[in-house]
Formats: sequence, structure tokens, C-alpha cells
Amino acid sequence: MSDEDEIILSDLPDDELVLQMHDDLYDGLKDEIEESVQILLARGWAPYRVLTEALVAGMTIVGKDFRDGILFVPEVLLAANAMKGGMFILKPLLAETGAPRQGKMVIGTVKGDIHDIGKNLVAMMMEGAGFEVVDLGINNPVENYLEALEREQPDILGMSALLTTTMPYMKVVIDTMVEKGLREDYIVLVGGAPLNEEFGRAIGADAYCRDAAVAVETAKDFIARKHNRLGAAAG
Amino acid sequence: MMDPQGADPLSQLLASRDWLLADGATGTNLFNQGLGAGDPPEFWNIERPSDIAALYRGAVEAGSDLFLTNTFGANAARLRLHGATARVAELNRAGAEIGREVATGAGRAVIVAGSMGPTGEIMAPMGTLTQAEAVEIFHEQAEALKEGGADVLWVETISAGEEFRAASEAARLAGMPWCGTMSFDTAGRTMMGLTSAELVALVDRLAHPPLAFGANCGVGASDLLRTVLGMTAHAPERPVIAKGNAGIPKYHDGHIHYDGTPALMADYAVLARDCGAHIIGGCCGTTPDHLRAMRAALEERARGPRPALEAITAALGAFSSASDGTGDDVPARRPRRRRS
Repeated sequence: MSDEDEIILSDLPDDELVLQMHDDLYDGLKDEIEESVQILLARGWAPYRVLTEALVAGMTIVGKDFRDGILFVPEVLLAANAMKGGMFILKPLLAETGAPRQGKMVIGTVKGDIHDIGKNLVAMMMEGAGFEVVDLGINNPVENYLEALEREQPDILGMSALLTTTMPYMKVVIDTMVEKGLREDYIVLVGGAPLNEEFGRAIGADAYCRDAAVAVETAKDFIARKHNRLGAAAG
Repeated sequence: MMDPQGADPLSQLLASRDWLLADGATGTNLFNQGLGAGDPPEFWNIERPSDIAALYRGAVEAGSDLFLTNTFGANAARLRLHGATARVAELNRAGAEIGREVATGAGRAVIVAGSMGPTGEIMAPMGTLTQAEAVEIFHEQAEALKEGGADVLWVETISAGEEFRAASEAARLAGMPWCGTMSFDTAGRTMMGLTSAELVALVDRLAHPPLAFGANCGVGASDLLRTVLGMTAHAPERPVIAKGNAGIPKYHDGHIHYDGTPALMADYAVLARDCGAHIIGGCCGTTPDHLRAMRAALEERARGPRPALEAITAALGAFSSASDGTGDDVPARRPRRRRS
């Protein structure tokens, strides 16, 4: 760590600074990320460009190494925390400049389950990828999900369960959505340690996401397909 | 080989036998008895004690030498969700008392292991739970399990080294022997990135080490045995525990069903012993039928050589990841360009 002081972020040209930010995200250095975001903004970068080229691109690298079993939860939490620091600066600016957004997600851990480590990771990675995320927290009965869908009008509903005793509750939620004729209005993604792809299909989810990185990829994929479909219908 | 505090019943049993059969699932078995999705299983220790006694007896009658109490989630952090933090002592005591009664009626030596699951929180500095708070949470539970008559504390499904240490300290404060297992469910490591080799090293450093340690839950039987091999490769002083899931969860007609058959779990049990495990059991999805097949296989089949990874995948199926973070082919962190 001794040579850390030797790097003067503001001396780096844009392209080097962005690469440095990718490294700093990887290493979970929040202060450095905040400083770099301010530098790029001061150099006239649009907030959306800082978000995508520096933060989202950096978190994509983190997500890949998490998916591949190179980074684990502690490192990803640190990286996400650093990204949050940058996002905190960018968020109001993004709202002002009307930057495009990927989509909106409502996410929560199901009734009976207090585990929110995985769910929080997904929420942070989704935000990192440019999604708007409404986090319902833990222990959500079906009513909470329905209210949030009504209130937030998201594109995606994400549900998480970490226990074999709570995972069937996801089906309760999906069945209720079907009953109310709401199921087709949303992309439903599920995740959690005891789940698998077949389980996701069996309970009627659109997809099972093995981890936070896969969740982001899957969400982007579904949103793109949805847009294509809407585009085709309009054309 | 045994601890100096070897007078406890588990140490005695371990000294007299070269393998012990532990139990199977708790949560998934209670599901089959009608537990609702999202309901805390531990309330049944008070509301439906005869169902809990039946759960324990199911394991004992199938040949388990040791069973875990229905107290996995009965710590203050987890019970908070159900507004039941005040019931930690009551639920744990009751869970252990029912166990004591079943064990006493077994007609042979059966160990009551007081189950202690994770707090579900992330420990500082990454999260908010401090070491002192974690010790206090586990200690409260440990004292109640002791009071209820548990022979040994059984800390399971842990992901973080800090949490494992906190549980160890709680067992020390309660003056109880303990066993501890972690769940290696993420590319062969725990969720927090711990490898099998790192757990061996961690156990050796503890002031109050467990009587036995190992792996439970995780992904499938194959992964779990790779983890056990990773531990026994270091010739640990203490017995190693293997408690793997009966395959992978599937959903059929409103029920969770694990796809591992009794025959598969019998192969798993024998392979686990060949891998060097002393205490062998199941986890999620493991029913008394599985346990009976495991017991029979352990009694009837001869010990084999330490299996190669290929022998494990041939018998039990593929691993969930290419590497488990030990050995030479560990995927490397991305090189940093500047800071070091």
C-alpha cells in the first residue's frame, strides 16, 4: 500500500483515470472512486458517461470475477460500497440530465427469510448496471410484493430466498400474480443459494439467477427482448 | 487424539468407533410434516413437541448415532424476524429437552447435538454485527441448549470465519464441547470465500477448538466430498464431519423434493468414510430412508482407498465448479495495474 500515495488521480488523463477507477472499484476504494468521479465531472464528462464507462464497466469486471469464483462476497461488498459512493454523487445529476435508464426493479426477500446478503448484492449490482432498484427488504408477504408492483410499476420483480423452508413461498407470490392477472406484466427473476434453474421454471419464474452478476445479465437480456417485442408491435 | 475434556459423551463415542452416523434434514423433513413456507420450525418445539420427537426418532430409528435439535434458527438475530427474541431460551431448552428424552429412550448411546445456525448477518467490518454481539447471541443460545440437556453444541452452515470464531467463544463461555461445520456453496468455498484448507487452519488456531469439524449443506454430495478431501489432505488432528444434501432440490406438486436417492446417499456415505470423514450424515432432503441405506452401507461395505476426484464424480455426479480454491489451479485475481 506504500506506493498508493504516488498516484495523483487528477494528473491522469481521462482514459488512464477510467482504467484506474476500474482497478479502484475492484479493490473497493471508496474515497478514490468519489474523487475520480468528481474529477471526471469537473472535466466536463456527462454524468451518464461517468456512470457507464467508469462505474458500470468497473462493476462488470467485479461481477465477472464474482461469477467465476475469483472474488467472493466480502470483496464484492467492498466494491459495491465504493460504487455507491460514486453513485451518491451521480444520482441527483442523472435525474437532472434525464439520462436513460435500463429499467426498474422491485426486489425483496420472501416471507420467513431474513437473509439479505444475496439480495443486497443483486440490488447493488443492478444499480451499478444502471437500473433503478426499489428494495423491499426482508420477510415480505405476498401483499408487500403486490403493493410495490402497483405503486412502482417496475419492469422486473426479483425475489430471493436462502432457506429450503422459505423458497416455496416464491411460488405463492407467483401464483397470486397469476390469479390477479398480473403475471405477464412483469419479468420475474428468482435467486438464492438453495435454488436452481429447474426450480425457477417449476414455480413459474422467468429465470433463475445463480448470482448477482448473472442477475444483471439476465435482467438486461429480458429488458432488451421486451423492447424488441414492443418495437415489433409498434412497427 | 481426543481432547483432554474427553469425558463428554461424543468424545467417548468417537473414541470407541471409527465412524458415526449423524442425522439428516430438519427443515425439509418438517415441511413434509406440514410446516408452512416461511414459518419458523423452532416454534414447533413448544406447539407440536410430539412432531419434533417424531422427527428425532425418525433419525434414531434409522440408525443415527447423533441427531441435531430443531434449534437451527433459534438465535436472537433470526427470531427477531418473528418478533420472538424473548423466546431464545424457551425454544432452545425445549428443543434440547425433547432430544434428551428421545436419546434416553433409544436403548443405545445416542448424542443430542444442539444445533446452532448462523445469525444471518454480516459481521464487521464488512457488515454491522460486531464480534462481541455475535458471541452474545450464540452464548445465549448455547446456555439454553446446555440447560435442555444437549451433549454437545453443533454449529452449522456457517460462511464467515469470524462467525465460526464467535460460536467457539460462546461454547467456551457456556463450558460446552462443540462441533462446527461450514457450508461450502460458492465455487467450492463458503459464501465469504473461505476454502476447506482455511477452515482446517482456523480450527487449529481456536482457543476452544471443536471436537470435530467439517462441511454441511453446500451444493451436492460430490462438492461436499471434494471439500472433505481438502480437509483430510491436511491430516487434521480432529475428526472431520461430512453432512451433505441429498442431491439438488426440485419442486413437485407444491413440495420440495431432493433428487438424491437412498442408494446414492449410501454411496456418498461410504465414499465420505473413504475420504477420511469420521462423522457422516445428510443435510437438506435426507430422510430416514436415506439414513437407513447409509447405515447399512457403512456397516456392510468395506473401507476403500482414498478416492480420486474422478471416482467421486463417477459415483455421485459432476462438481458445481472446476476448482474449489485449493491446490495450484486456483483462478487468480485480476492483476492490478498500479496500486499494489
